[in-house]
Amino acid sequence: MQNINAIFKKEFRSYFNSPIAYIFITFFLAISSWLFFRTFFISGQAEMRGFFGLMPWIFLFFIPSVTMKLWAEEKKIGTAEILMTLPLRDYEVVVGKFLASFGLLAVTALFSLALPISVMILGDPDGGTIVCGYLGLLLMGGAYLAIGLFASTITENQIIAFILGISACFVLLIIGEDIVLFSTPNWLFPIFSYLGLGVHYSSILRGVIDSRDIIYYLAITGFFLYLSTLMIESRKWR
Amino acid sequence: MIEVRELTKSYGPTLAVDQVSFDANAGEVVGFIGPNGAGKTTTMRILTCYLTADAGNATVAGYDVLEHAIDVRKNVGYLPESAPLYADMGVVEYLKFMAEVRDLPKSQRKERINTVIDICGLEGVIQKDIGELSKGYRQRVGLAQSLIHDPPILILDEPTSGLDPTQTIEIRNLIIEMGKEKLVLFSTHILPEVAATCSRILMINQGEIVANGTLEELIDQVRSEERIHLVIRGPEEDITPELKALDAITGVSQSIMDNGVVTYEITTSQDGYEATSAIFRAAQQNSWDLVELRQETIDLENIFLHYSTGENRSPSNNTEPSTDVSPAEEE
Repeated sequence: MQNINAIFKKEFRSYFNSPIAYIFITFFLAISSWLFFRTFFISGQAEMRGFFGLMPWIFLFFIPSVTMKLWAEEKKIGTAEILMTLPLRDYEVVVGKFLASFGLLAVTALFSLALPISVMILGDPDGGTIVCGYLGLLLMGGAYLAIGLFASTITENQIIAFILGISACFVLLIIGEDIVLFSTPNWLFPIFSYLGLGVHYSSILRGVIDSRDIIYYLAITGFFLYLSTLMIESRKWR
Repeated sequence: MIEVRELTKSYGPTLAVDQVSFDANAGEVVGFIGPNGAGKTTTMRILTCYLTADAGNATVAGYDVLEHAIDVRKNVGYLPESAPLYADMGVVEYLKFMAEVRDLPKSQRKERINTVIDICGLEGVIQKDIGELSKGYRQRVGLAQSLIHDPPILILDEPTSGLDPTQTIEIRNLIIEMGKEKLVLFSTHILPEVAATCSRILMINQGEIVANGTLEELIDQVRSEERIHLVIRGPEEDITPELKALDAITGVSQSIMDNGVVTYEITTSQDGYEATSAIFRAAQQNSWDLVELRQETIDLENIFLHYSTGENRSPSNNTEPSTDVSPAEEE
């Protein structure tokens, strides 16, 4: 635990020591607020659904940009060699790095609370769905982060890690979309609709917290963190 | 402290380390020397549990590198080649991080950080970010990092590469100092460096250990004949037969003749002093002017060439072929 904490602190600080965190937070909020308020006044309803609905697509580009450096950079500069010869277990480093990126996402989510607050000033939104929305956002964000982190373990090139991260998230996201589901064979339908990254999020957004949805995101996150650990370990055998 | 038995590792079809075996103990400075790509780094990476060997085994500080990787790492301070560090971290911040992941008790961290700052001469740069540092200081921060937990074993991969002569000497002195109580295993491809710092030399070539011993031992192994360099003024047609007639001398080759001065490379099977005395007396009797008469010493470069090519080259050759083994090293 202490080791995970040390890695977490180092990585989290590294986000805020560099411009990454500030640029990420600023542009994430700017773009999501713009897209949200574009339609907010037209619909004339005091609700946050528009904001949360955007998230799977905004995450697609923003999340891999946070995770792309986590391993690729270490491997490129060679710092991985010091890091992986410290008395740490590989999974501790993987989890520490994941938590740091999750921390950045959580800070961003905290700043985005300005939106529901404005909506509350303008009208009377349903508090329950907003809380559910944030819960879903963090759960889904964790899954995106784990996928992005895994992409970063594959390569030492950050741009490749970024694009691989987007692609992997994209594929996992669209297999749960209606357009794709219509054209999938029947036997694949339940698998795709279960695995789709956005499906469980939409059901959380409806304000129903089902343990299956939570388990889905935790499982996806755990699975990709496990794959990342395997990738990091694989350096030894190649 | 380090026991290596028939370690073998290949990258695809390339055999990087081939049945390497050696021992090393506390209080030794072991120089791991060989040309680039000889397998030095791979061996070190296996010993620090960064990579896993295909075959063979190694114990470091009594722990097997495969089964007790964490315990091995706790006992080893490692500086990889070219000191890769986080450029965006401050020097002290970095050392604090290292002290934390090295699990130093909180109460000792500050003191330990100050100690390594002192040992590695980092006082002048503690305010700076690592990214702003020069190569030499970066190397020192890397060294400080490897010393932070006061490990019994230090493994340093080319700790002096890219440093200027003053910095090189500082790092070498530090290595010698550390070697008094710790085991220091460091790699280099710079030959004079090993002679200057190591109590023992491990020579590796194409993945195999080709020599293992003190500098003196290695010289003895190579020394099969002595060579004498002679520059003399006199009639060449008289001198050559006279030299050839001398008992002690087994081979004579004259090379350059320039306004009456002849240069000879002479080999002798006997003690070099016998031969030089005989040559001196002959020159005296015939009233030739001796310009230069000296025994060639066998140095590390000859030993290295001897082992890496499998033949004993003439010491006089050592200016050309050695340049690729020890690139311009100012002493």
